[in-house]
Amino acid sequence: MSLLRLVAVFLRVAALNELQYRTNFYIAAVRSAMRLIVGLGGLALVFSHTTSLGGWRAADLLALLGVYYMIDGLIYLMIAPSMNRLMEDVRQGTLDFTLTKPEDAQVLVSVRQVEIWKVTDVGLGAAVLGVALGQIGEEVGAAEALAFGAALLAGAAIVYAFWLMLATLSFWLVRVDNLMVIFQSLYQAGKWPVGIYPGWLRAALTFVVPVAFATTVPAEALAGRGSPATLAGAGAMAVALLVVSRRFWRFGLRHYSGASA
Amino acid sequence: MAVLLDVYRAQFKVALALQLQYRVQLVIWLLFGLVQPVVHLTVWSVVAQASGGSVGGYSGPELAAYFIALMVVNHLVFTWITYEFEFLVRQGTLAPRLLRPVHPIHWHVVDNLTYKALTMVVMLPAAGLMAAIFRPELHTSWWEVAAFVPALALAFALRFLIEWSFALIGFWTTRVAAFNQALDTVAIFMSGYFAPLALLPPQLQVVANVLPFRWGLAFPVEVLLGRLSAGEVASGLAAQAIWVGLAFVIMRLTWKAGVKQFSAVGA
Repeated sequence: MSLLRLVAVFLRVAALNELQYRTNFYIAAVRSAMRLIVGLGGLALVFSHTTSLGGWRAADLLALLGVYYMIDGLIYLMIAPSMNRLMEDVRQGTLDFTLTKPEDAQVLVSVRQVEIWKVTDVGLGAAVLGVALGQIGEEVGAAEALAFGAALLAGAAIVYAFWLMLATLSFWLVRVDNLMVIFQSLYQAGKWPVGIYPGWLRAALTFVVPVAFATTVPAEALAGRGSPATLAGAGAMAVALLVVSRRFWRFGLRHYSGASA
Repeated sequence: MAVLLDVYRAQFKVALALQLQYRVQLVIWLLFGLVQPVVHLTVWSVVAQASGGSVGGYSGPELAAYFIALMVVNHLVFTWITYEFEFLVRQGTLAPRLLRPVHPIHWHVVDNLTYKALTMVVMLPAAGLMAAIFRPELHTSWWEVAAFVPALALAFALRFLIEWSFALIGFWTTRVAAFNQALDTVAIFMSGYFAPLALLPPQLQVVANVLPFRWGLAFPVEVLLGRLSAGEVASGLAAQAIWVGLAFVIMRLTWKAGVKQFSAVGA
């Protein structure tokens, strides 16, 4: 509960801060619109030459695109900014101020920095997903909807845990922002179902950088093509990564001595 | 001219020393250029397979050749000035460069070429690896390889001049991110980056021939792949030359107008 309350507080502060800079909203909106054009244009072009891509119909891929934008928006709304702030704080020693606060430090560093206008990407993703649902809506029953929700939650948790572990590395390495670039460049592959990629790339997108769980698995669940085993795997992976990342974070924290002390 | 050569030589040494500080970063940033072509190649290969082995006149191995060549050519001709210029203006570092007796564009040419020279050490093996995995197919004859050289040089000049002109919007507003995104969006489809231009609907292919984007990326790739007739290559080189001339004039005019009303941030 305290987690939700903290998230709400930080979101509100960020929103109030950003409301001073209205132009930023228009810029974010234009950028989201441009991303939409790239996404939809790409799909339109592909489906002007074929009726299905690796077994996925146009509406299925539209749903995948929606999930892709939503997770991307979520990452850059809160996860990436907070983790970048964490790395910066470790480098400058200002993490001390966070550690003295009477809340769980992991919760604090995870929600502390918000880029509020990335909300436009989350909204865009939800809208695209809505349109896709309008096309395949009849096929989506309660079971699919439930599976989708669970898969999306697991995907978000996996992505979060992955970023937290990368950011925790900054207790030992001074510059880890380059590792983030690896994630960003590979995440773009998640716009398409990972099943179409050659085996080595699919393995990398599943286990090295967990892009598959964030985008393909939820979209599969929605289209009713996800197997219970995949879903269970995603859930298990989410729980395991959350536990491991928490332990790793605490282990890292014990190594932190403050840059100024 | 001799003075300019000296300037280039000196700036090359500085750029080399600067960039060699961040060796890991150099390699990691390459990933952006590597992942996307593989993604697009995979998507179109799947489409080609589903529609009987070829799409828009490209077979699977020809698509592989297209995207591997595109990856290398794009790496050679891309610039990052639209992103950098905003910072140059906003942080005030443009002002001292304006005081120097050479145009700041020369520094960017050197910086860009140095980066390319350094990263080709990784790019070429990566392209070789992709070739081993995806088994591309080429129908290139010697004259096409010869024609590829000027096509590539003109594409480089065109990209530089166009993107510089565009970056100069930063003189009037330092918030150019939205403009950049718009330019990138058009370029993704019109330059052949997402798909070979032959796959676009016919009306859009006409548009792509008029806009500069094809001449800054897809054209040299098509020349190298041996997909164009001698006449098409000749008229393409002419189109490139015309666009380079046009872009040069636009760049000069925007630069003049921009510098005139530029007041340095922090001054």
